[in-house]
This record gives sequence, structure tokens and C-alpha cells, in this order.
Amino acid sequence: MTEPPAQTAGQSPEDVVLRLTDVVKTFPGVRALDGVQLEVRAGEVHCLLGQNGAGKSTLIKILSGAHTPDSGEIWWQGEPAAFGSPQAAMKAGIATIYQELDLVDGLSVAENMYLGHEPNTGGFVARRAMRRGAAAILQRLGHPEIPVGREVGKLPAAAKQIVSMGRALSREARLLIMDEPSAVLAHDEVQNLFRIVRGLTEQGIAVIYISHRLDEIREIGDRVTVLKDGRTTAANLGAKSTPNRELVSRMTGRTIEYVFPERPAARTFESAPLLRVEGLTLPGRFTDVSLAVHGGEIVGITGLVGSGRSEVLESIYGARRPAAGTVELNGAKLRRGSVNAAVRAGIGMAPEERKSQALLLGEPIYRNVTLAGFARYARAGFTDAGREREAAEGVTRDLDLRPADVRRPVRTLSGGNQQKVVVGRWLLGGTRLLLLDEPTRGVDVGARAELYQVIRRLADEGVGVLLVSSEVPEVLGLSDRVLVMREGRVVREAPAGELDEDTVLDLVMAGSLLDGADLASTAPEGTAA
Amino acid sequence: MSTASSISPTEPLGVHEPPRVTAQSWWQRDGADNAKRNLALIGVLLLLLIIGAITRPDIFLDIERLWSNELTVLSLASSIGVITVGMTFVIISGGIDLSVGALLALASVWCTTVATQSYGAGAMVFAALAVGAAAGLVNGVLIAYGRLVPFIATLAMMVSARGLAQNISGSHTQITNNKFIISLAGDKFLGVPYTVIIFLVVVVLGWVLLNRTTFGRRTIAIGGNTEAARLAGINVRLQTVLLYVLGGLCCGIAALMVVSQTTSGSNTNGDGYELSAIAAAIIGGTALTGGRGTIIGSLLGVLIFSQITNLFVVNNLPLDIQRVINGGIIVVAVLVQQFRVTSLWRRPASS
Repeated sequence: MTEPPAQTAGQSPEDVVLRLTDVVKTFPGVRALDGVQLEVRAGEVHCLLGQNGAGKSTLIKILSGAHTPDSGEIWWQGEPAAFGSPQAAMKAGIATIYQELDLVDGLSVAENMYLGHEPNTGGFVARRAMRRGAAAILQRLGHPEIPVGREVGKLPAAAKQIVSMGRALSREARLLIMDEPSAVLAHDEVQNLFRIVRGLTEQGIAVIYISHRLDEIREIGDRVTVLKDGRTTAANLGAKSTPNRELVSRMTGRTIEYVFPERPAARTFESAPLLRVEGLTLPGRFTDVSLAVHGGEIVGITGLVGSGRSEVLESIYGARRPAAGTVELNGAKLRRGSVNAAVRAGIGMAPEERKSQALLLGEPIYRNVTLAGFARYARAGFTDAGREREAAEGVTRDLDLRPADVRRPVRTLSGGNQQKVVVGRWLLGGTRLLLLDEPTRGVDVGARAELYQVIRRLADEGVGVLLVSSEVPEVLGLSDRVLVMREGRVVREAPAGELDEDTVLDLVMAGSLLDGADLASTAPEGTAA
Repeated sequence: MSTASSISPTEPLGVHEPPRVTAQSWWQRDGADNAKRNLALIGVLLLLLIIGAITRPDIFLDIERLWSNELTVLSLASSIGVITVGMTFVIISGGIDLSVGALLALASVWCTTVATQSYGAGAMVFAALAVGAAAGLVNGVLIAYGRLVPFIATLAMMVSARGLAQNISGSHTQITNNKFIISLAGDKFLGVPYTVIIFLVVVVLGWVLLNRTTFGRRTIAIGGNTEAARLAGINVRLQTVLLYVLGGLCCGIAALMVVSQTTSGSNTNGDGYELSAIAAAIIGGTALTGGRGTIIGSLLGVLIFSQITNLFVVNNLPLDIQRVINGGIIVVAVLVQQFRVTSLWRRPASS
């Protein structure tokens, strides 16, 4: 057993704003929380680490009043507390910023910030007071350039997040819970987020920060609490002093962070490329993109959100119709803007947003696995569930998917296993080119390593892989060849071995207009829809 | 803090996300929720029969009279039932079809014009089915390729189809005395009217189509997640068109049933059928959001509404009260289902 580092001297007990002891929460069939301890001090950034399924989301829901714990104690600002409803938690000063921001797209920035507690006189909204208040809060967050009258749906993701934080401030929150706030942000936007978080903690606000990215926790965190299987396995570790190995081992029982499969030595491909893209252009998104992928090769594309990387992938797949350029698979030109043609030619894609773009959450695993090919198992239009299940079971065994019962609804799987379902879909029926958009987003460390293995193995079997990721180490570690995109153009192409993280980050951001400070005017119009 | 230092990793390291799978019983399996809901609906139906036995023991406790009474219930349910089968497909795909009642009227008028009747029974059947399918095609094309919201497109079709029916018939009831058409409702096979047999055949075909064919799978897929279906290579637009054609075709079949039962075609036929069909599908467990629903559930929904009507009729109760009760049943059925869905949603809650 490792002793957590000694408490920082000089902290008086009243600095502790939130304390949880032995909190337990069970759902039918699952013990989601099984004795959670947590202690958060005013003015600190307290990081919560844990794999998917460790109980972080349940914990957040308890703190935000969406669930009530079965047993255990919650002390809030020195008094025992029970938040029966989200309203009660908000009133007490706990605000939660969820991964899927809960803003109303059709309302303005100011209206969103004061949603549910609009300043009013006799039922009439005091619009001017509201706008003034909203502007003051944005000023406090260091983003006065966000127009308070703008419809929230028209703001980029980063600005929406700031509006979300503004909403918390409008309620005088003393504790801010942020669930993977960086997941929707590009690298430089994350820096900006950190600036804001630091500003908040300086004002004495406590922040619970949840992230899968260890480097972020190092940068922004003060202390770390680690959850595993609904239990606190380590509390109050120093965020900067605790070695990665220890954090990861507390989380997973493993002592490694990213493990990339071994990359074959740099090769030259004699044969013609599997995929050849020439001069692909989609106005406003990307211009004149040319690339090639050989069978057995993993090619990675990296760049900021808005650099056009996802749109390139979607255009190759036919989900968007490019204005110019050609896509050839094995020398045969594909019809522009037709997913059907791409799938028939042997292209598969795992899109960026698993839940909204790839899965039927209520349907069983096997039906999700065979979604792109149930017709293959059908005879004269009649489906054959038995053969489909058999095929899906082969895939789940191959990918070590858990639970193994393919009749379970996909909704009950963790993020990593859901991603395996999406990738597994394309293992059936001779996919020759696999397009992967952010394959490990929201996937925990352990499952990541497994996914990397799967991707490399597919390549070894001769499948060409084109991968998009905003995580530079992932692209560098997994790919054979790397393309760096900036503002819709490929600015560099090189074997992965010749690039390092700093070089790539330089390329990604050099001369970028996206300097984080001027969100409202220059940020891209949201991410790939 | 003492709690902090006392915490140690209690499990052996190296265990990664233990699968929380417990042995599954039959009621947790694929489709078990649907089975449970359908059992509940059958329970409601039995309850209605028991109420019948208490209020009119002379009918409901006499095998012969009960048989003929229930055949009446099924006969009255058959046209709305066929339409509900089509509606169930459309709703499962995430759409809605408000034009079904008007399409029934239009098809019934079109197949009973003097001109159509002069070509005989075959022409009448063809006219009804073709009119229904063609109007469904227009619905589908407007929705899939014109990108109209299904509610708007079918609302427009509802208004104009009813108007066209009025125009063609001149608001007159068009009598038919075509022997074949009349025999559909009048003649029986093994004691069961042909309309009821057609209804049951449509239900069976609908069940097979939804549960055992690629057509059905595509329907559920685009209703469950349109974008996922599209990115998996499913031709969402074509499927949408086909679904509304199917819905229209069902209206054509139902029109023939109504013409046979009333020996006439009229532009007032099928009034309010769209809402009855939607209501029956919904209490049968079809989700208005798409992706979920069963043919059996819809069938039971139709039968429950018909049985209630029948109870009111045999007890000489005012039909206005019955409408109030029907409304209440819709609310209660949906409330019960919402409760179920929420509890389903909460179960896998962690992360």
C-alpha cells in the first residue's frame, strides 16, 4: 500500500467545502458506487480519475442532485447535506458542466446564463439587467468578446463551454463540477479553459475536474482522487508530484499509460496505393487535399478542430459531397457524396460521435455489429438472426468485447466497448479501408491499448487505415505515416518516425488564427456536423 | 485526513473492468420487454371481456353469441387495424402519417366511381391499392427528397386528399353493388368474414416484414438512429419512400374493406382514423421517437379500442363517454411506458 503524500501544512479544516464518506449507490444489478471518499477544498482543482465504469458519472449525478445515495455522508460547507433534486444542489452552490453541454441552442447567451432564475419584475424578464449581468460574468471569465445577444447554437463549442461556466457563476456557485471539459476542445482552446479555471479558483471557487488525459491533470490539478469499480482507491494525491505510473496503476491495476503496438520498419510499397485522393476540395472546410493509403498501412491525420481533418474523412466516405477532386479505391473512382458506393467498394468508417452517428443504443450488440451488412446474412430479403449472432460473436471474441453476450443492448456497454462494436462492424465482410475518426475519444486507458492492438492487427492483415485524432501522441505512436492539417490544408506529410510531438504541435498551430483569445470571431463554425 | 490514508487498493491489480454480467433469465433477453408489454395488453383485453361478462352475461357467457360478438369486434377493427400496421412501420422509422384517413376516403371514392366500377372488381381493387400507394409515394418523396417534416407533408396530403375525394364524388355517397366487393365483408370462410381474414393476414405479413426481413431491419435502424444508419451504408431516403408507400398501400386495403362493409365509397370515410391508428400504435408500445415498436402491440392496441366500443354498444351506453375513456387509456398507457423507459435508462447509469 502506498501512503498518499502528507497533507499540505496550514490547511485548516474549514477550507474543506465538500466531504463524502463511504457513499454507496446501487442500481438494479450494478453497485455503481461502493464506498466513495472525496474531500474538496475551496480554491482547489480536484481531479477525479477513473476508467469508464469506475463510477465518476454516478458520483457527479449524486453531487448535482440527480441521484440520491443509498448510504454514506455528504458534508457541504461544514454541514450534512442531501440534495434531493438538481435545483436543490444548484441552490446550495454546486454547478455541473456536463460533457454534452445542457444549453438551449435557440436562446441567447444571456438567456442561457440566467435560465431558470431570470432577473424579473413581477414576472417580466428584466432584459437589460440580464444582459448587463451576463456581460459582467463574461468579463469575469475573461471573454467579454462573446456577444450576450448571440444565439448559443451559433457559437463554437469552446464558447458554449464558457457560457456554461457563466451560468454556474450566475448562480453564485461555490463548487464547479466539470465532466471532461476538454473533450470538445482543441489544444489551444484547452489552454484558454485552464486560464479560466485558474481565475475561478483564485476567487475561492472549488473545481472538480474530470479528465482522461493525465497531462491535463498535471497541468491544472492540485489534488487527485482515483476511483476504480465504484471505490476510492487513492485520495488526495498530489496532482503534480504523483508519478504517472502510480496514477495509472491505481486506475487500472496496470503500470503503463499508452502502449502502442510495435510499428513495422519503414517500408516502401511497390504496389499501387489502395486509396488515392487527388485534389479533394470542400469550400470553407478544406482545399486541395491529396493523399494515398496503401493496404497494410496506417496513415494518421492530425490538426486542430476545424482544420478540416474530420471533413476530409467524411468526404472520402461520401458522407459529404466535395466540390472537386477524386477518390479512388484500387484504381476505381468512387461516386462523389455516396456512402453507399463507398461501403460497397469496401470502405468502413467509425465516425467521431459514437452515440449519435454510429450506434443504435437500444438495440442488441449483434444488430449493431451487423448494421452495415445484415443483408449479407439474409436470404431473399429474410434476415437470419442466428447467423448474425454467430458472426457478431466471432467479432466480439476477436476484439475481447465485454460483456460477451451479443444480445445485450449497446447502451449498457462502456465507451471503450461501444467503440469496439463500431470498429467490429467493419471486420465483417471484407472491409479494405477503414476510416477512424477519433477512435479513442472517451475511451479509458486500458481499452485504448486494446484498440491500438486491434487497429495494428487489421493493418497487418492488409487493411488500409486512415486515422484522425486530436491527440498527437496517438497519431505519432500508432501511424506509419502522418499528415498534419492546418486551416484546411495538408501542411506536412512524413513518416511518423521522423516527427515528434513538439514539431507536430508547432506545425498545427504555427500562424494559426485560432489563438484562443478571440473566440467569437475566428473560431470555426462548430465541429463536423 | 484519515479516510484518505486508510484507503488501499483492495482488489489485486491487473483486473481491468470486470464484466458485470449475471446469468440472463428469459425476461431479460432480446425482445423480452416487448413480450412483457404485450402480456400486459392481453391482460387488459381479458379484463374488458370480464367486464363484458359481468355487464352482459347473456352475450359474453354464451359461446355462440360471444363468437359472433367478437367477430363483429374484429370486423369493425379490420380497416383501422390494417391502417395501424402501416402506421406502425412509419412511426418506428421515426415518421408520422396524418393522411391515412383522407387516403382511405380518396381510395374508397376513386374505386367506386361509375367509370371504375364499369371495369369490374379487378379494376376497383387495383384503383384502391394504386391510389393509396401513389399518394404514399408522394408523401415519401416529399419527405425523403423534398426534406419536408413528415408532420407537414402528410398534413398537406390529408387536407388535399380529402378535398380531392370530395371533388371526385361531388360529396355524394357512391353505391356499389359489385358482388365480389360486397362479398368481402358479407361472405365467410370457416365462419369468419373475408375482411377479418385479410386483416389477420396483413398483421402476419406485417410481423414477418418487420421482424424477419432486411426491410424491417432498415426501418428500425433509421428510426433508432438515422445518422448511424446512413453512415452504415443504408439508403435512408429510398427506405423512407418505401415506408410511406407501404402506409398508403395499407390505406388502399382498408378502403376496400370499408367499401365492402358499407357497400359504398364516400369522401367522409375514415374520418379521424389517423388519430385512432396513432393511438393504437402508441398504446401498443411504439415510440413516437422511432426505433421501437411491435406489430403485435399495435394489433392489441386496435383490439382494445374496438372491444371498448363494443362494450359501450352492447350496454347501450353513450358513445361520447367512450371517447373520454379512450383518451384516458392513451394517457395511462403512455404514462406506464414512460415509467418503464426511465427505469431502463437508469439501470446502466454509472459512467
